[in-house]
Amino acid sequence: MKKKYCIAVTGLNAIDSPGPGIPVIRGIRDSLLFDSRIIGFAYESLEPGIYMHDVVDKTYQIPYPSSGTDSLLERLNYIHSVEKIDIIIPNFDAELYSFIKLEKTLNSMGIKLFLPTMEQFEERHKVNLPAFGKKYGIKVPFSREIFNISDIFGLTRDFTYPIVVKGKYYDAYIAYSAEQAQAYFNKIAAKWGLPIVIQEFIKGTEYNVTGLGDGKGNTIAAVAMRKQYITDKGKAWGGITIEDNDLLGITHNFLSKTKWRGGFELEMMKSSKNEYYLLEINPRIPAWIYLAVGAGQNIPEALVRLALGEEVEPYKAYTIGKMFIRYSWDMIVDIDEFQKISTVGEL
Amino acid sequence: MKNTEKEKYERPVIKKVEAGMPNKFGLRTEYQPMTHIDGVSVHELAERFGSPLFVISEKTIRDTYAHAKRAFTLRYPKVQFAWSYKTNYLNAVCHVFHQEGSWAEVVSGFEYDKAIANGVNGKKIIFNGPDKSDADIEKAIKNDSLLHIDHLDEMYMVIDIAEKLKKKPRVAIRVNMDTGIYPMWDRFGFNYETGQAWDALNKIMFSGKLELTGLHCHIGTFMLAPYAYATAAYKLADLAIALEKKFNHSIKYIDLGGGFPSKNTLKGSFLPGKDANPGIDEFAEAISTALINSFSNPDKLPLLILETGRALVDDAGYLISSVIANKRLSSGKRATIIDAGVNIMFTSFWYDHKITPAQPFTHYTEDTVVYGPLCMNIDVIRENVSLPLLNKGDKIVIHQVGAYNMTQWMQFITLRPRIVIIDLDRTPHLIRESETNNTLTDLELVPEHLKKFEL
Amino acid sequence: MKISKNVSISENGFIFNPTTGESFTVNPIGVEIINFLKENKTEADIKKQLLDKYNTDSATIEKDYYDFMHMLKASNLLDTSAE
Repeated sequence: MKKKYCIAVTGLNAIDSPGPGIPVIRGIRDSLLFDSRIIGFAYESLEPGIYMHDVVDKTYQIPYPSSGTDSLLERLNYIHSVEKIDIIIPNFDAELYSFIKLEKTLNSMGIKLFLPTMEQFEERHKVNLPAFGKKYGIKVPFSREIFNISDIFGLTRDFTYPIVVKGKYYDAYIAYSAEQAQAYFNKIAAKWGLPIVIQEFIKGTEYNVTGLGDGKGNTIAAVAMRKQYITDKGKAWGGITIEDNDLLGITHNFLSKTKWRGGFELEMMKSSKNEYYLLEINPRIPAWIYLAVGAGQNIPEALVRLALGEEVEPYKAYTIGKMFIRYSWDMIVDIDEFQKISTVGEL
Repeated sequence: MKNTEKEKYERPVIKKVEAGMPNKFGLRTEYQPMTHIDGVSVHELAERFGSPLFVISEKTIRDTYAHAKRAFTLRYPKVQFAWSYKTNYLNAVCHVFHQEGSWAEVVSGFEYDKAIANGVNGKKIIFNGPDKSDADIEKAIKNDSLLHIDHLDEMYMVIDIAEKLKKKPRVAIRVNMDTGIYPMWDRFGFNYETGQAWDALNKIMFSGKLELTGLHCHIGTFMLAPYAYATAAYKLADLAIALEKKFNHSIKYIDLGGGFPSKNTLKGSFLPGKDANPGIDEFAEAISTALINSFSNPDKLPLLILETGRALVDDAGYLISSVIANKRLSSGKRATIIDAGVNIMFTSFWYDHKITPAQPFTHYTEDTVVYGPLCMNIDVIRENVSLPLLNKGDKIVIHQVGAYNMTQWMQFITLRPRIVIIDLDRTPHLIRESETNNTLTDLELVPEHLKKFEL
Repeated sequence: MKISKNVSISENGFIFNPTTGESFTVNPIGVEIINFLKENKTEADIKKQLLDKYNTDSATIEKDYYDFMHMLKASNLLDTSAE
């Protein structure tokens, strides 16, 4: 008999700028080593995963990270009393801070997580990227944080347009003028607060690596991908696994030096001089993770096993030339379901 | 007629279900009512002392202080706190800090006299600030207080007065510097990077008239970056070591000022301050490590002085207020008017203060703007907060108002309310009376020719 | 005042307006009032029932009832043709 675990997953927003929840669950469901009951954690009542009953067994609404860890913990206490959760896999940057803060408390309740440490999480922050690059010998584009919209006019001392305007957690726009930069500043600040990160624009081709670190410096998994089709929101709609030892070398170096714990995605830019720049470290599994599963590295499964404290044999290879092509699908949903999640916060 | 047999009333509300919008309507989470402060009923406090009412928790002050002290003494052998008077100079509050062992840190003659009147030994008063009069300096020298010099003009003033008094005053200079944070405060003190600070120290040493006892800096306010304090500590230590080398003179203390944040949530912050703001331990770690790494002889470590204000008192202050009215704005948004305005809640311009009803409520909420009672458009306590359904007369508690509100408040349109402190035995004591018309009109004069009029 | 005929309300306070496609949620006392309206109770009758049941005064009921009706109207949930 395989063991059955109750695993809670966030990021059920399988929309045009998708969260990683659904592909993470697919990876877990593919596991031959264990069975699972999947609990969805949703913030909004229209996250598609809530209504995908063959993927998610039961969904609970949880409070936004901005309402604080106290209300999150209270909600998790209630859900845990009903579901007896074994593992939580948070998939949003904006919620990681709260879950990392609560990790010890959740452990004492019998709930396991496999997340980066607070130091790792903070150190790789966009805001801290220049210092991070210096410390670990990784090339990063020049950047600085700004708190005030009027600072934009002083940027020409350090930057030449175009520049990249980034939010603390999400959103990045290329601005070709101070006016554009101001507009993006307001747009991002309204949603994600301050500071705003201004980053040097590096022309080149974007590559991504997703992987999993065991917290001791070992690479448990690492898969490199090139985006083939990018939507107007900058999200990959299609991608292909590639073989690039430079990229994987940077990844191993990153993991062994930082002793990264948990899933991650490295966003890299290969400049016209064939140099790699690290644009961003996403401290969680990316939305295209099912490509890694399809190419032979079931990262969600390995993450669950690490969370459970099992020894996990590192993946050494993956199939080159595997592709993912994303598609959209209209589900037909009865209003009763929408009503239920909207009023009682459970479905 | 109200009747307690009947069910508790809650006004009817309707909320549109919108995609992409947070819909917390049905969630059994959110927060709990705050019916008591330190075991004393909020309703009873309001009944006895009136509304609005500032309430200070002595227990919270003492607990917070003990925690901060432990955070530093665990990591560094010699630590001294000095209570920042401007943060909250109510005598009762100052006394709590002095009982705990805090010195006084003042920035004006008024505050200096207050500290002396509170019974603080002049040797344990740190006198900061850019505006010290001749009389202030004379007083401070006579009392052997610690004079922190802000600019060269002041330095020459101090030398003059010291010569006249035939005394060698104990002084420090205030240093400003780049600590890698923005904005950089360079208006106070002498700059480190340009060599101003080193020049000033040389002038003091060569004058022979002043006893150079310490180095001071204060890098900013509500600082969220502990590393900036490490940078400041390294730079001050650097100056101390240079003095040692050149003049064989060791300073007695390094004063890193204040600026640690409380747990309040700054406007524009995504996460609540309680989760996001670094705690005192993180600052203690950064500062202690920097100092210990800088000085080679562990027996000659300087005393570390901290002028922490906000982080020690903010959480201990509450404001009880009453709902005056609920109304619907033309936009359809709910507005609640309370009896406490921005004239006594200055910090509502910087923070999204936590607001908790003081009576039980259901999980139904409405997005509300909270207005004060002033007939002024700027009188907004919270621009947008999801509040349970409050009725007229209900009490609310506004949290973390202990810092700056009771010193920066102003009499405007209304009079300033009472302040009570709740002691460790849960007994409230009045520590400041509310103002009356006479408090103000007694200071006013009407010239004879303006006295008569007919209407 | 009447609630539009085809508007349906569930026990837990979920309202769906099939004409506009909009959904709303209301709290328990809101459900009560809407059900009274659906039963064609008069305004005076509804206010009296609320006053009998809840620990409050008639001025509060008056004010909150007016506000609630205004919100229902603004949400296109009232049938104004009948007047």
